Amino acid sequence: MDGDAAATVRRGALCFAVAFWSGFFVMGVELLGGRLLAPDFGSSIYVWGALITVFMLALSLGYLAGGRWSQHRPSLPRLALLLAAAALTALPVLALSGRVLEDLSIAIPDPRFGSLTAATLLFFVPTFFSGMVSPYCVRLLVDARESSGRRAGQLYFVSTFGSAAGTILTSFYLVLWFEVNMILLGRIGISVALAAFAGLARRVEA
Amino acid sequence: MKLRQYLRLALLPLALLLAAPLAGAQQKLVHEERSQYREVLVYEDAGERCMCFTRECRIGRQSCINLADPQRFALNYTRMALGGLLFATPQAPRRVLILGLGGGTIPTALRKLLPEAQIDVAEIDPAVTRVARDYFGFRQDAKLQVFEMDGRVYVKRAGREGKKYDAVLLDAFDQEYIPEHLLTQEFLGEVKSLLAPGGVVVGNTFSSSKLYDHESTTYASVFGTFFNLKAANRVIVARPDGLPTEAQLRERARQYESALRGFGVDTDAVLALFTTRADWDAKARVLTDQYSPANLLNH
Repeated sequence: MDGDAAATVRRGALCFAVAFWSGFFVMGVELLGGRLLAPDFGSSIYVWGALITVFMLALSLGYLAGGRWSQHRPSLPRLALLLAAAALTALPVLALSGRVLEDLSIAIPDPRFGSLTAATLLFFVPTFFSGMVSPYCVRLLVDARESSGRRAGQLYFVSTFGSAAGTILTSFYLVLWFEVNMILLGRIGISVALAAFAGLARRVEA
Repeated sequence: MKLRQYLRLALLPLALLLAAPLAGAQQKLVHEERSQYREVLVYEDAGERCMCFTRECRIGRQSCINLADPQRFALNYTRMALGGLLFATPQAPRRVLILGLGGGTIPTALRKLLPEAQIDVAEIDPAVTRVARDYFGFRQDAKLQVFEMDGRVYVKRAGREGKKYDAVLLDAFDQEYIPEHLLTQEFLGEVKSLLAPGGVVVGNTFSSSKLYDHESTTYASVFGTFFNLKAANRVIVARPDGLPTEAQLRERARQYESALRGFGVDTDAVLALFTTRADWDAKARVLTDQYSPANLLNH
């Protein structure tokens, strides 16, 4: 294997790792989001409806934006930047829940629009950045037209599998061991570390 | 793997689901409806009609009435809960809050036992309220009102509006699922702040599982010492202003003795269950809004 091929393999592996972790991150945040909203908005069907709506909407727009951004000098460091952005914009979630959510629930007493506003405020931006990851990865992975569908399939697999893993691990185990904010902080930390690794790995090659 | 293999793999869970024995219950299913939250089922068996949220309904009956004598309590926990609400209060409660309606047997009984009292109920599921009305004789009026709302949201809102209650009954758990935000230190603190002087909190909950220890330390962290009534269920009776003495309990119980007999409640049997003995692991982690794996602990 020559140097170029090795670099391609490494880049592919990192792409998959980022996509997996991004999927893992998003679903964990969504699950914990339900917990953060419950004290002020309850856990009625409206709250879960609002939460899922915001996540789906943010992801869908993120896909669009990620695909578009991948047309301008796509690179692994930029992908790493997306991952870091999703993690860092999730930081306010730790600070905003509590007092701010209570004020919001007073300002908007309707359980549907109150929780919709709260979910948008807390989760739209980080989820939007997470959505950008997948199409951006596709751009970095696809090297030929014939293999593009296959690559996209692999990528969907990895990121959705990551989501499944993030969901089960969080809901069955992590909440039993840690506080909600600790779990979020841990995820943010891992995202930043992975982003740094992926970004730096590319630089070393160059 | 070939596509066909993928398909077979995907169809396996479906096949298992279909093959699962459609367990035939002895009970007669009188009514079923699927609400936004669950299935609400009404069964009749051995002269009793019960509301259930699960098929078969062996455990976790929400509410039962005796068909021949609907006023008579069929479930033991309702006797214990009523004992807590009536005996532990310093005088007849004038404002009562109940979280979780079920078949409405407790609010219906309280409406009769306390004709002067204002009784507010928070019930999240409109289907439950409808079934309570159609199959359990539950009736709302000016002094007994149901608010279609999450219990936690109701409590927070009532707190902001400065409402006070002489007695609060927490009855929103079922065997299958505990709303975890209704079993945290913060929530119990919010309930506590709704209490008028001498006010009482009664929680209907479980007597087994690992959750028992955590629930106990959580209540203790908010209310200090509390009465712990145990039978098949567990009923917690807390009064932050200080628990009544045995003589005071007895005195209050005497006032309701004859009235309660009509509901099938043996006052002495309920009184005998009041104890403050702490039979749990005092080191169990307190449940908070940040740490509330109540359902995982309830196995």
